[in-house]
Amino acid sequence: MMELPKIPIGDAVEVIVDWIETYFSWLLDAISDGLNVLVNGFEDLLLAVPAPVLIAITGVLVWFVTRHDIKMTILTMLGLILIWDLGLWELSMLTVVLVIIATIIALALSIPIGIAAARSDTVNTILRPFLDFMQTMPSFVYLIPAVIFFGLGSVPGIIATVIFAMPPALRLTTLGIRQVPVELIEVADAFGATPRQKLFKVQLPVALPTIMAGINQCIMLALSMTVIASMIGAGGLGYQVLVGIQRVDIGMGFEAGLAIVILAIIFDRITQNLVPKYGKK
Amino acid sequence: MEGFVIVEIVCSGDPPESEPIIRVHGLTKVFGHDPEKALELHRSGRSKKEVHEETNATIALHNVSFEVMRGETFVLMGLSGSGKSTLLRCINRLIDPTEGEIEIDGEDIMGMDHEELRQIRRRKLGMIFQNFALLPQRNILDNVTFGLEIMGVSKAERNQRAEKVLEMVGLGGYGSSMPSELSGGMKQRVGLARALTSDPDILLMDEAFSALDPLIRRDMQDELLELQERLGKTIIFVTHDLDEALKLGTRIALMKDGSIVQIGTPEEILTNPENAYVEKFVADVDLTRVLLAKDVMRRPEPVAQCTAGPRVALHLMEEHDIPMIFVITRHRNMRGLVTLDDTIDAVKTGKTLSDILKTDIPIVAPDAPLSDILSLIVDSQYPMAVVDENGRLHGVISRASILAALARKGGDS
Repeated sequence: MMELPKIPIGDAVEVIVDWIETYFSWLLDAISDGLNVLVNGFEDLLLAVPAPVLIAITGVLVWFVTRHDIKMTILTMLGLILIWDLGLWELSMLTVVLVIIATIIALALSIPIGIAAARSDTVNTILRPFLDFMQTMPSFVYLIPAVIFFGLGSVPGIIATVIFAMPPALRLTTLGIRQVPVELIEVADAFGATPRQKLFKVQLPVALPTIMAGINQCIMLALSMTVIASMIGAGGLGYQVLVGIQRVDIGMGFEAGLAIVILAIIFDRITQNLVPKYGKK
Repeated sequence: MEGFVIVEIVCSGDPPESEPIIRVHGLTKVFGHDPEKALELHRSGRSKKEVHEETNATIALHNVSFEVMRGETFVLMGLSGSGKSTLLRCINRLIDPTEGEIEIDGEDIMGMDHEELRQIRRRKLGMIFQNFALLPQRNILDNVTFGLEIMGVSKAERNQRAEKVLEMVGLGGYGSSMPSELSGGMKQRVGLARALTSDPDILLMDEAFSALDPLIRRDMQDELLELQERLGKTIIFVTHDLDEALKLGTRIALMKDGSIVQIGTPEEILTNPENAYVEKFVADVDLTRVLLAKDVMRRPEPVAQCTAGPRVALHLMEEHDIPMIFVITRHRNMRGLVTLDDTIDAVKTGKTLSDILKTDIPIVAPDAPLSDILSLIVDSQYPMAVVDENGRLHGVISRASILAALARKGGDS
């Protein structure tokens, strides 16, 4: 029986990773240090505020964002009180910090790239296989290079989360801009708008609901990834779930899982209501 | 009655005597990868269809030339796919022509770079779209100020100008509404206001009223005519509706397969269709909406001077074998009419013409459309007097003269 020679993809990846580690360690260190400071600072800030105060602040925020939806406001506050009561407050705050930082980085990358892909077919064509790759690759796989480059802890967790959460925001940004009706583009051109004016006065505002859907997806994915990232020491609620699994402690795992769901719902409702609704024809 | 000369009134439908503001010469647009090859094939005698099969290129416009005079409403008319919208978009280069010349106010549009093009679009060319194309996230005021915002006009000034224009199109007070709250007709008023706010010389209107239902559409057409009278913009109006073209157009360019088949006033297009295509196009047009009072009236001859006696009037009626006669002053101002029976009676009893004058006769302006006249004349036992705003008698319309006119215009086929 003939033996097929194995193409050394795995070896090649190792070589590349080694090479990056050797020549870009300074950059990796800088990113690592910067993110660590950010995470710790943000976490300290949230924990410096007493839980009841933060719950009240969140309530007020939801009240305004949902345009005075009293039901949603009360449910949000009850959910947060439940988390506090379960003794998961500190872990939750770390998860919130990780999600917010990862989301901000993911959006800072994906929205400009998404805009570029919307304006250039070439960029779009080049990006598509990468996005497909990023979205179909099992999320655990991201953890490996993240650990290699950044060791264990919150930083590799954030990096893996950023990669995992980027594609939908990027895709929906591109889609939203491309779906702006031709007539509206013609309006911008016919009235003599510069490309920049066209982007900021017509394309982005009209695409905003779609882009917001992308941001919403980005946050949801970031939340789910921070749980997985607990496997490489990212901490937070995910870690609690992980411990629950390892100890076969159903109650502990369920409580942590419940806290994650509560956070997810709050994040979702806030972002879904950020876009003003101007109705359909 | 030799002393009376019927004064030729200037038809409002005639092109105003002025210089061209837009010149288009030899304009060609080919969509596809190899326009040169496609044109080469077309010149060598292949049809557009054959060219498309061979090169996958579409010749949307071919060698189109025309001029638009300042202040006229120039209608581009044709069926869908005739290239009229493409032609309109070539004028402000939303679509880049493959070859040809375009001049606006003597400026060469084809040679302009992006910046120059932006400037002329901002200053001179307003555009109005079929589906209104309002920005959904902006309120009405911010939609109307869009052009000024692009030009960098301060917020205070642009709001002030926009409110004035909104007032003009009948939407004063709607500034803070959202587009989704407005009806189609109102949305297009906003579209119109948006184009007018930056005070361009030229309005490009792409099927501007086609998405509106017929009643609203007629209102908008009337309003456009009214606005046009006040503002005197040059308008290029694209439509597939001949009735609309005839109503709005100073001149009409009829398009087919990317070429202009005929250019002329509505009257010329209707009465002298240049070829079978145009003829077919105009065959089912509603003539009552095209013909005006002045088209169907006959000369008011004979007429009686009001200073003349009943005997003179009687003599004229007998001589021309007519049952009634119009009475006018020395300055051709219409006084009324007298009937044959009354005049005979007056001669016997010694009354004057003023005693038997009938003044309750229907009167129309020379520009009144036939559709308006028909309803009036049906209810009247007398012929209708065509009288201008100075009270002068221009002509007479009877049922017979209407039938004669209709037979003349429509009966050739």
